[in-house]
Amino acid sequence: MESGIFFSDYRSDMALRRMPLQKVRTGLLLVGLVVFPFLATPYWLNLANQIAIATIGAIGLNILVGYTGQISLGQGAFMAVGAYGSGLLTVRLDVPFYLSIPAAAAITAVAGLVVGLPSLRLKGLYLAVATLAAQQIVEFVVTHWDGLTGGTEALVVPAPELFGARMNTDGRFYWILVVVALAVALFAANLFRSRVGRAWVAIRDQDIAASAIGVNVFGYKLLAFATSSFLVGLSGALLAHYRSIVTWERFTIEVSISYLAMIIIGGLGTISGSFFGASLIVLLPAMINTLGRSLQDTAPWAATVLPYVQQGVFGLVIILFLVLEPEGLAKLWRNVKDYFRVWPFSY
Amino acid sequence: MDSDVFLQLTVSGLSNGMVYALVAVGFVVIFKASDVINFAQGEFLLFGAYLAFAFIAQFGLPWSLGVLATLLTAAMIGLIVERLVLRPLIGEPVISMIMVTIGLSSLLRAVVNGIWGVRPKAFPNFIPSGEVEFLGAIVGFDRLLVIAIAAILLTVLTLFFRYTRDGIAMRAIADDQQAALSMGISIKRVLAVAWAMAAITAAVAGIMLANTVGVSHDIIFIGLRVFPVVILGGLDSVPGAIVGGGVIGLLESYTAGYTTSGLELIVPYIVLILVLMVRPYGLFGKEIIERV
Repeated sequence: MESGIFFSDYRSDMALRRMPLQKVRTGLLLVGLVVFPFLATPYWLNLANQIAIATIGAIGLNILVGYTGQISLGQGAFMAVGAYGSGLLTVRLDVPFYLSIPAAAAITAVAGLVVGLPSLRLKGLYLAVATLAAQQIVEFVVTHWDGLTGGTEALVVPAPELFGARMNTDGRFYWILVVVALAVALFAANLFRSRVGRAWVAIRDQDIAASAIGVNVFGYKLLAFATSSFLVGLSGALLAHYRSIVTWERFTIEVSISYLAMIIIGGLGTISGSFFGASLIVLLPAMINTLGRSLQDTAPWAATVLPYVQQGVFGLVIILFLVLEPEGLAKLWRNVKDYFRVWPFSY
Repeated sequence: MDSDVFLQLTVSGLSNGMVYALVAVGFVVIFKASDVINFAQGEFLLFGAYLAFAFIAQFGLPWSLGVLATLLTAAMIGLIVERLVLRPLIGEPVISMIMVTIGLSSLLRAVVNGIWGVRPKAFPNFIPSGEVEFLGAIVGFDRLLVIAIAAILLTVLTLFFRYTRDGIAMRAIADDQQAALSMGISIKRVLAVAWAMAAITAAVAGIMLANTVGVSHDIIFIGLRVFPVVILGGLDSVPGAIVGGGVIGLLESYTAGYTTSGLELIVPYIVLILVLMVRPYGLFGKEIIERV
């Protein structure tokens, strides 16, 4: 329990984790992440890996939507660019994956600039529709440019090798993903405390006021598109190597929608929210699946309606969060933390 | 260039375009009243088509009663959606509005698929099948009916927005919500009317689609294909929806006819981006886009 917050030097005042409880929680999180793969079954490892990839993508999208206020329905397209970029570099040019993944992310950042450049004149709804069009066009290019992507055929990516070990199991890939996800989260957390992050928030809250106080709206919006696409491309590239197969079905408009759902449910403009939202959107269908399986003996019809139940629950969760808790899971988590911070004297 | 082929493409493009226009009108009505783009419009179409299928084919109602029941049920759904989902979000940022209609589309789709399954159904044709020859091109009756219905709907809506109390209130709210409120206009009532109307027009379009392309899951994708139409015509313009529908329908038809690579799938979206670059408010939309 705390009675007040006292800092006597700037260094501790500026630290990312300032409170004793925050430090304890961070320590627990790190220990948990290290211990997890030794305790978890392959099923849970698989889910954890999916969550890690989704978290990276969600943080990327959150930079654009949550922090800068630019609505994008093109997440799937950017992930496709990252996945195909890295996959093709590995397959065609034999680039090792630790180079091809960053290269693919950089390519995606350029693609993000191209989509972002004309979109800068548009706001809100119109930007959403423009990115929707970009999504459809990228989907079309991916499925019709047979010479480059193989069209509707799947692109098979060999399992990556690191220090002579093949990273072809969930348990091994987990380490790559956890390190990258933590690095991305740390990067984003610091980014939003910097000049750039504050400029983005200023643009989101009121762009005209931001430009009046000297923020270069045009430049910072472009930077947001590029940074966001870099991270989204990164998550797409990781997905390609993790699944070792790239097909266009993984990058449709549905993907864009589920990533938007992640950051809405998790909480717009928060990093913990990106993680919570990604976890919920990955775990929810898995849980419903498990539930359906366990009902299989008592109610055989359950299996046939399962996909519809998943889809319906997905929609329902989005609606309920928007209506009941627009600030998302991050807000709920904050409530819990606040409750315990001053417990038992809440006033 | 073969003039027969050209004519045939023109006619089929125009009639497809009129279906798009019917769908687009639903978007326009909602946008006019509340500045919301309804991403669930495709699912409203789907609901309309399946409701008509249920009333006419499954319950065996005569088609006139069946259509009436479909329209009434669709209006009810529109009202329920507005009351439970949209109304709590009045005044929220654009992203919330977009996301809530996307969530709605997922939910509605699940309900439709859960009730009727995903396999295409045969729709009992109540429009007399037959063809007329028009300037050397062959036109089916169903296509003509679509064009006629679009024309009627356009007239009715134009009259509605010009002369009825609710229509004028809708325009007032679209113009300035604050001012409209202070003049005693009930936003709740107007929004409810708008959603009911959008659901009804979507149901009409759904029934027409059921007749021309059959009752199937693919109807949903028409909802997405209509974005270029509304952007081209202007998001708040009923005549714009009709003109935009015609133009996009023709474009698709010509690209499908004269090229081979499936380009017609993205030509509307390329047009959409071009329009957004040059004239974001569309051909007939109101010029209120602010730029940064």
